[in-house]
Amino acid sequence: MFAEPWQAQAFALAVKLSEQGHFTWKEWAETLAAELKAAEDRGQPDDGSRYYEHWLAALERLVTGRGLADRPALLARKDAWADAYRHTPHGKPVVLNVVLNRDAPPDTSL
Amino acid sequence: MSTRRRDFLAATGAAAAEGNLHAQDSHGHDHQAVPSDPALRVKALESLLVEKGLVDPAALDALIDTFEHKVGPRNGARVVARAWVDPAYKQRLLAGAAPAIAELGYSSQHGEHMVVLENGPKVHNLVVCTLCSCYPWPVLGLPPVWYKSAAYRSRAVIDPRGVMREFGLELPEDVEVRVWDSTAELRYLVLPERPAGTANLSEDQLAALVTRDAMVGVAKVTAASGGQA
Repeated sequence: MFAEPWQAQAFALAVKLSEQGHFTWKEWAETLAAELKAAEDRGQPDDGSRYYEHWLAALERLVTGRGLADRPALLARKDAWADAYRHTPHGKPVVLNVVLNRDAPPDTSL
Repeated sequence: MSTRRRDFLAATGAAAAEGNLHAQDSHGHDHQAVPSDPALRVKALESLLVEKGLVDPAALDALIDTFEHKVGPRNGARVVARAWVDPAYKQRLLAGAAPAIAELGYSSQHGEHMVVLENGPKVHNLVVCTLCSCYPWPVLGLPPVWYKSAAYRSRAVIDPRGVMREFGLELPEDVEVRVWDSTAELRYLVLPERPAGTANLSEDQLAALVTRDAMVGVAKVTAASGGQA
């Protein structure tokens, strides 16, 4: 059903934000349809396997469009997560505060 | 943080560790490889929205669990089998799908309208969502990859018989094909014809014959089908 865990998370985020009234499901479908159409117009018709990439793009568009988060904050947070992975030793859970306290010694209590 | 979310992180870490064989840094430290671009973007979205109190991580987990384990075409198959054995139920189902489906315990929280389309000897219904991927989640779960493909979305309307042929379904020329385009507010479920030779089967045995593909309209139910949904 979900090829990778992030697809499930992106799916659930869209459904929950809509349930909470941040956008209607009709608005969701229209935004997703626009992303799919844009991909086709770029000459990249989806065979269905990249569907959740379009889903994610639609989610980012609605989240930023509705002011729930802005693009710079999303980009900064994405970089922070990437950094967290780079600085977390293998086998340890990756948590964001590894980066936020990068100069501090690693928390070994985890 | 629930168990599931720890699993998600652990799974990501495990996948990262595999890639790490080729990506260890010059100090030889065994740090974790960075997840894919979309995975990082989702983590960014989720962590920011959770911090702002806009989404509840436990609710996200519960929703994913529902779709992975509780919702799927078996729900629709039970609706179809009930309609086959209980004429009064079938009447209610065709008159107002959502309440009749809810009788079996399957309901949507989105309030979209549901319509059940009955196939017959001279009418065959086919469901598509030409714009995106609207699909009757409560009865079929999430759509298969082919339903979301640009090819199916565009061709189902232009050449429905050709599409069905690719699924192995050849309909006689005198059967009218009706194609239904789903929307965010209106979802369709096909009620296939009950196959011949099933008069002695129980409702459960009938439900086992009903496939997802038959409820989308790209297949028929046969006495030998089932088990693939």
